[in-house]
Formats: sequence, C-alpha cells, structure tokens
Amino acid sequence: MPGLAVQVERYSVVIAIGGIPVRLNTTDTAFLELLQNRYAGFVSEEDSTEYDFDVELTPPPFTGADTDVRVTYGAGRWLLRRGDFRAEWEPATRRGSIHQTANPYSIDAVLRIVHTLVLAKQGGFLLHSASAIRNGKAFLFAGVSGAGKTTISRLAPADATLLTDEISYVRKHNDDGYVAFGTPFTGELAKLGENASAPVAALYLLAQGPENRIDPVTVADAGRELLANMLFFAEDQEMVHWAFQAACDFVHRVPVHRLTFVPDARVWELIG
Amino acid sequence: MNRKLYVARSPRIAARMLGEEMLVMSGQGSTLFTLNPTATILWQSADGATPLDEIVDRRICPEFEVQPEEAQRDAEALAQDLAKHGILLISEQPISTQSIAKPVASVQQQAQEKVRP
Repeated sequence: MPGLAVQVERYSVVIAIGGIPVRLNTTDTAFLELLQNRYAGFVSEEDSTEYDFDVELTPPPFTGADTDVRVTYGAGRWLLRRGDFRAEWEPATRRGSIHQTANPYSIDAVLRIVHTLVLAKQGGFLLHSASAIRNGKAFLFAGVSGAGKTTISRLAPADATLLTDEISYVRKHNDDGYVAFGTPFTGELAKLGENASAPVAALYLLAQGPENRIDPVTVADAGRELLANMLFFAEDQEMVHWAFQAACDFVHRVPVHRLTFVPDARVWELIG
Repeated sequence: MNRKLYVARSPRIAARMLGEEMLVMSGQGSTLFTLNPTATILWQSADGATPLDEIVDRRICPEFEVQPEEAQRDAEALAQDLAKHGILLISEQPISTQSIAKPVASVQQQAQEKVRP
C-alpha cells in the first residue's frame, strides 16, 4: 500500500550572535514571527550557518523555567534539559533539535548554552556583565545580581554603544586579545544590546560605594571573580577545563580592575 | 615510619598559577580551590614517582624551616585532605604518569605579574 506523504512547510530564521549564525527551523509561522521580533537586530540574511536546529513546539505538560538546567554529553551529542525545554545537539553534524512550548525564554536559554559550549573550546565565554563600546574599545562590567550592571548601563553616556546590560559575549581574537560582541540577552533594562563588536580594553569588577574609584585587583582575585561570573552549564570534565583555562588566559591578557561607583553618570569619566 | 607514600596530581583537575596563588578546579562539580603555599609545593612536586618524605625533605623543610618529623606529619595530613577533594592521588606504590595531570611549569612563566595596574 503506498504511503501517504505529507509535505510540511518549514520556515527558518538565522540568528547571528557573536558572529556565529544559528538557523532555527519551525513549521509555525506565529513562532517564527515571535523569534524575528525577539531577536530583531540579530537576525541575519546569511544563507550559510554554523549550526542548525529544528524547533518542535510542544503543548504543556512542560513545566516552568525555574528548575535547574542540566547539560550532559554522551554518544556524540549534547543533551540540554530544563523544565521548559529539552534539546539535543550533535557537534559533528552541527545539527540539533529543540522541544519546547511556544515562548521566547526557552529558546533564549538554549542559545546561551549552545554558545557557551561553542565558545569554550575557542577560549571565549559568556559573562554575567554589562558591556559597552567607547572610543572604539569595549569595556566589561561584571558582577552578580544587584552589583550594578543595569545601573552602569543606564548611566552610559550618549557616545557609548551598549552591547548588553546582562550577558556579555567574549571571543578570543588571535592569540593576544579578545573581542566583545553585543547580545540580545537582556537584564532589567529589557533593551537588546547593539549588534556591534570591539576589542576588549578592560574588565571592571563592580562594587557600589560612597565614591567613584578604580582599584587594582590581583590576578588571582581577577581569575576567581571572572570564574564566578562566567556562564557555565556543562557537567563535563573537559568543558570545565576549557572554561577554567579560558578564564586564566583572559586575566593574563586583559587589565582587570575593581570599579566602585555611586549611581552617578560621572563614573563614566573614569572609563575609556 | 617505614611505609612510603606517593602522591600524584589528579588528571581530573585543571590548575594554573595566577600571581602567587595556585588555583585548581575540579572537573567534576566545577569546584574552585586556592592552594596555600605548602599545598602548592605538594601539587607541583606530586609526580607519582617521588616519595612524599622526599618531597618534604627537599622542598617543604627548606622552604618553611620546620622540623622534618612535624613537616612529614603535616604534609601527610595535607595530602590526605587534598586527596579527599580529588586534587591529589595517594598510593603506597609509585603512580603511573598516565594518570597524572599536566605539570603546571608551562604556565608559571605567565605568573610574574602580581598585581594588575
């Protein structure tokens, strides 16, 4: 008996963050539109992509996003799981699939995880930090929630290009430097970063205090604090090693300072 | 004490000297440790072939000017503690070099800078 073949129309959007284009395929036009709006400014017209994911929209029972994320590797593929999504990704074929409900938060988490995995072996990383370009140079402002990432972003002068108020994207450039890229990953400011990039000139470890000042930081403290603020998900020994070496390399090559500031735009007089 | 103890760096550990501090990170659980000066010497000397008492005599006693017996006792306790955290391997037999983490000498040259400007 001849089979009944059903041709399902698939739609794609290419999202390029950090110069790495990722194609997301879906059969749902409403979800496609949601992605195009969510990642406006990072949607690429490029046809060739580095990674390809089929997004399968699933009705609940997926639970919320408040459960712990688990990222494990086995049998040649990464498995990414959280209450609100389940994704697989095969590095060898550069293809994967994502099962989630129709919301932008799950895909956001998957993209962050995939980029951390891709960057780790290249000596790059995602960092809990705001970042901005000024005078052609990128500055990172790292800190835990409440340290002042959103505040320093709000205080940025008109001549600064805000790359993100929440999650910075850092790639190693040749052997001697790093480049920061804008990301669509937002914090309290809820404003997408600019899709721009510049060489990293300095990392500031944020602290709020009674005056604006910059203090030196030992290279060991810089390493510890950088590691504490790096986004890292994989339960994988090799990836932990890559991330550790990436942090150590970074603090040997990029100046790291402690930036204490009051919520006052004059702090930017010290930057750049 | 007649028994010999051998110590080796765990291959599950990533380590770098940053400034004057040795940072080690466990591959399982992503736990970060900062080694004190004695633990750093122990880690650097833990080649799996040199007995612990020899490491104490040659590296630890001259560095900290302590009595050999006391130093040996402390070093053994420290080695046990590091082993408990998965940082060192301990055996009464020499430990194969295949199970030892890469030496950190290659990165110590990067550790000259103590304080960032």
